[in-house]
Amino acid sequence: MNPRTLLRAVRRNFVLLAGLLTLVYLILPNVVVMVFSFNKPNGRFNYEWQRFSTDAWADPCGVADMCGSLSLSLQIAGWATLGATLLGTMIAFALVRYRFRARPAVNSLIFLPMAMPEVVMGASLLTLFLNVGAPLGFWTILIAHIMFCLSFVVTAVKARVMSMDPRLEQAAQDLYAGPFQTFVRVTLPIAAPGIAAGALLAFALSFDDFIITNFNAGSTVTFPMYVWGSAQRGTPVQINVIGTAMFVIAVLLVVSGMLIGNRRGRRSA
Amino acid sequence: MTVTEVPPAPPAAEADPPADAPRRRGRLVPYWLLLPGILWLVFFFALPMIYQASTSVQTGSLEDGFKVSWHFATYWDAFSDYWPQFLRSIGYAAVATLLCLLLGYPLAYLIAFRAGRWRNAVLILVIAPFFTSFLIRTLAWKTILADSGPVVGALNTLHILDVTSTLGITSGDRVLATPLAVVCGLTYNFLPFMILPLYTSLERIDGRLLEAAGDLYARPATTFRRVTFPLSMPGVVSGTLLTFIPATGDYVNADLLGSTDTRMIGNVIQTQFLRVLDYPTAAALSFILMAAILVAVTVYLRKAGTEDLV
Repeated sequence: MNPRTLLRAVRRNFVLLAGLLTLVYLILPNVVVMVFSFNKPNGRFNYEWQRFSTDAWADPCGVADMCGSLSLSLQIAGWATLGATLLGTMIAFALVRYRFRARPAVNSLIFLPMAMPEVVMGASLLTLFLNVGAPLGFWTILIAHIMFCLSFVVTAVKARVMSMDPRLEQAAQDLYAGPFQTFVRVTLPIAAPGIAAGALLAFALSFDDFIITNFNAGSTVTFPMYVWGSAQRGTPVQINVIGTAMFVIAVLLVVSGMLIGNRRGRRSA
Repeated sequence: MTVTEVPPAPPAAEADPPADAPRRRGRLVPYWLLLPGILWLVFFFALPMIYQASTSVQTGSLEDGFKVSWHFATYWDAFSDYWPQFLRSIGYAAVATLLCLLLGYPLAYLIAFRAGRWRNAVLILVIAPFFTSFLIRTLAWKTILADSGPVVGALNTLHILDVTSTLGITSGDRVLATPLAVVCGLTYNFLPFMILPLYTSLERIDGRLLEAAGDLYARPATTFRRVTFPLSMPGVVSGTLLTFIPATGDYVNADLLGSTDTRMIGNVIQTQFLRVLDYPTAAALSFILMAAILVAVTVYLRKAGTEDLV
């Protein structure tokens, strides 16, 4: 191919090429994490390729404290998801379904945590905890996580509830469903995808948070904090194993979620 | 969005969706729904800010205790000591935001208009990296940008490193521990926050508008400049904010991929708070950071001409 036809082809497919380039940029670190989970490093750090090995996959908990921090992070993420989803869903329903005076104030209070740099939130929570003398650890981490996940849940649920047809609930009541029955049989199932999206987001945010946790954890070590420490002490290959497993599980979950969603959509259509 | 619909004229109230809500009994229902969540935010978001404000005007030491003495000079001292880090944070975040926009726009466009039945697959590829801990992914950049790695090799053969070293973006034959590495990490970490809002607003554009532009003999570039881009402005605005604000406060990329010469203000706040234990200075620094971001965002929103954000 001579240079001019090549140039023309590039120009014609510019968007495609640029988009694919960005996609490669996004996926590249995940590929590296995956490849290096099969590495057998020579020293404490797993940054250079030495030779192929499945040792780390055979013994994922083979490094001290790592799986402990992982299970702590899972616990915190679970409770934070539960708390933030419950509180956030309630707020979202109040904001969409009712007109009341304080609405603008509530809306900005919800928006602010999403627009605030995490260092600022982490640091200010630490000042509060230091001032009231709260012992740093599991509970302070959980409090912080529910706080920053809350707004994201509200936003996700709000979007779904807003697009809901209120006549469906009226119809239920016309058919003599009580308020509770209407809520459980009609409102909740319709709002469920929004609530699920909010919960998923909360789980991901909480599980992955490092910046705010770093301020409020004291000597407690969550998984992101373990990874952070290992960047100084030495990075075990097992970290890459966990990273790869998380990626694969997430992709499987999202794909199956989409497939189920598609089938439901087709059935109701 | 809804702020303008507030005036409590009776007909407007009747036109509201919850017209079926039991009127009198239901008055307090929204407040009961809000109470727990809002209290949480008041106690653990708003109150901490007040504590931090008070800490920033305290003097004292860890041994003797801190006292509020309205010592505003802390702000001036903090700023004059750390203005290079402030400038660097804003600079790195601005460059990273611009790069995110340049890289993210084509991909968002591709997903919205060209991907067809691949749309969901590409979306998954954009979201999925999120689920591997971002610290692990940032550490992976250490491998990618390593001194003996392929990126440094390629840049060296193309003699790009000579140019960037002269510009001060890299140093010698290294990419790691230079501004280039930090900006690369920032761009990477916040790219999805740019792509998703862009995609949402591009997807809402009526394709017939683009056809109409074509029918009126607009070339593709003109259509993009006059129709597509202006219509995607809400996505551009929220994407740039979602990228710029967290990037300014980030300290993970500067720490893992940078050196002492690339420290950002987040690194300083973190060190002051957790290692030096100089709480007043750290608190003052966070407030200056908040103020700087507030000013930058306000100016930007004025320029971008969009006031309705939420």
